Amino acid sequence: MNAIIPNQYAMPDVEGRFGPYGGRFVAETLMPLVLELNQAYEACKADPTFQAELDDYLTHYVGRPSPLYLAQRLTDHYEAANIWFKRDELNHTGAHKINNCMGQILLAMRMGKKRIIAETGAGQHGVATATVCARFGLQCVVYMGAADVQRQSPNVFRMKLLGAEVIPVTSGRGTLKDAMNEAMRDWVTNVEDTYYLIGTAAGPHPYPAMVRDFQSVIGRETRVQMLARREKLPDACVAAIGGGSNAIGLFHPFIEDAGVRLIGIEAAGRGLDGPDHAASLQGGRPGVLHGNRTYLLQDDDGQILEGHSISAGLDYPGIGPEHAWLKDLGRAEYRAATDAEALEAFQLCSKLEGIIPALEPSHALARIGEIAHEVGKGGDVVLNMCGRGDKDIFAVAQHLGVEL
Amino acid sequence: MTTARIDARFASLKAEGRAGFVAYVMAGDPTRDQALEILRGLPAAGADIIELGFPFSDPMAEGPPIQRAALRGLKAGLTLKGTLDLARAFRDGDADTPLILMGYLNPIESYGHEAFARDAAAAGVDGVIVVDCPPEEADPLTDALDAAEVSLIRLATPTSDDARLELIARRTSGFVYYVSVAGVTGVKEAQSASVAPAVERVRKASGLPVAVGFGVKTPERAAEIARVADAVVAGSVLVDEVAAALEAGTSPVTAVLARVQALGDAVRGARVTETV
Ligand SMILES: Cc1ncc(COP(=O)(O)O)c(C=O)c1O
Repeated sequence: MNAIIPNQYAMPDVEGRFGPYGGRFVAETLMPLVLELNQAYEACKADPTFQAELDDYLTHYVGRPSPLYLAQRLTDHYEAANIWFKRDELNHTGAHKINNCMGQILLAMRMGKKRIIAETGAGQHGVATATVCARFGLQCVVYMGAADVQRQSPNVFRMKLLGAEVIPVTSGRGTLKDAMNEAMRDWVTNVEDTYYLIGTAAGPHPYPAMVRDFQSVIGRETRVQMLARREKLPDACVAAIGGGSNAIGLFHPFIEDAGVRLIGIEAAGRGLDGPDHAASLQGGRPGVLHGNRTYLLQDDDGQILEGHSISAGLDYPGIGPEHAWLKDLGRAEYRAATDAEALEAFQLCSKLEGIIPALEPSHALARIGEIAHEVGKGGDVVLNMCGRGDKDIFAVAQHLGVEL
Repeated sequence: MTTARIDARFASLKAEGRAGFVAYVMAGDPTRDQALEILRGLPAAGADIIELGFPFSDPMAEGPPIQRAALRGLKAGLTLKGTLDLARAFRDGDADTPLILMGYLNPIESYGHEAFARDAAAAGVDGVIVVDCPPEEADPLTDALDAAEVSLIRLATPTSDDARLELIARRTSGFVYYVSVAGVTGVKEAQSASVAPAVERVRKASGLPVAVGFGVKTPERAAEIARVADAVVAGSVLVDEVAAALEAGTSPVTAVLARVQALGDAVRGARVTETV
């Protein structure tokens, strides 16, 4: 393990770079907006009333802190390290996405923005965005790939109930990256009144750092809870990786603790040896997309490939730049789980723990047994249960050949 | 750095007392050979400068017309290397018309900055516009292009204040491309009333000629812009001619060149009519 000593880690730099990754690769029209956003965010960070307001909403509206739960039957099943779930699936709207949305919506209001746009894959970020827009009475437009609109129809209906306009995106393969392109096109067209509420720890600076900061509540709570329960830090933290926001939220407060292994699980789709996966870190190489330099799935010509995963929240061909940096540093490890493995873990967790997980954390669940064995009996492994599976039951039934 | 072809072209336009017409077409649209035929026909049809788009899978600042053109280019198998080959084939038959490549950063990153700059220079490319590479991120690419004597043409926009204009002007040459609307290509129309003062600001900040594009669809609008700018860019309407011809089963080459002729004529006539 790369030895990182406390207080050495202060990323990104002022240009928004994590080593060679990150940055602000946007059209000139957007540069002033991105700079203004950075200033506004820095001002909020330094303002205790902003933090107090956010904490209040996180407590009373989102339902934080989320429990840290010892998954005893899963632990018994593997007969290895204790497996803990950080239960962000219990948040209002059913996933970690709302931690970030609550932070960004308060920021958007301070900036005087009236119209909120977002991209969504699984629909969880869209639902969370629509939720906070409803709560604060702001206009909400959500871009969603047409294929994802099909796969995640319950969430589409949810967003509409919450008063959002959902725009299906047909360009490309109609998934998350195409939705993000379309959101950026909207932003560049409506520069005056529009706030782009990005849902993962990617995009131009300051988004990767800002989304990480808002999601780090997950890791901060985990730290306090684990110390209270076990009087020690966890031996490993494990999380699924789409764009990387739930993972960086869990990892970040532990980066300087060299004894805590940080393990991200990418979507291996139909297998890492073929083209049908979404493992940017393990199957891609560095490039520039959506405002940042990071690992991307791309061909020899630098054309972006469409990721594939059974999970609509993971099939993004990029990854937040901080993960790219942590991978190169060797501070975090990255593995993958296939569609089939995730489906199996989905069912196992449901049966053993009475918790129906989303397909995204099911990828992390698929690797948790082997990690628990590596850590060994008596050790503690925390898995970020970043979403619940209600949105996925139709898709899972279809994969299992069950007619609903 | 040599911007010989670009500078010479703007000098002769100035001598003629008119604005230039810049035609944007997409490499490989609808096929490599037809794209080459279009390129070769552009100068005679009235293009003073050519912008050649190189396709990218995720063109975030383009509206539907150029998105579709990029898809046609990709389908025709046009890589960045293929675009450079196309440029060279054009240059072999035309020594004078400035040729500017326009696209997104990732294909260039993938090619390698130095290799790209060297091969672009060898292909007779005069300048490069990279939409998603603002000045803050442009130093590595600018270094490579400077060494190969290829211009990095910068974009200025309605959101660029004076401080940004200064930054934009800092390492650029040839001309500045003023994006006349906040938005993607081929959707909103440029408002000529706001264009004139903006062009003046950009000219003053950069000391360079200013080409105006992003919202030019009709000969009337082209003529209006030609009265205040040093050059007028049209792209979406040209690639839409390709789409319409494919739909109708007619010749994309003829359709594009006819549209270039109409827009070019409007630009050429704009200031003459005014002084008559
Ligand atoms: C429950 C859940 N987990 C994970 C993700 C993936 O995003 P990230 O990697 O940013 O956490 C999503 C995205 O939609 C999601 O809904």
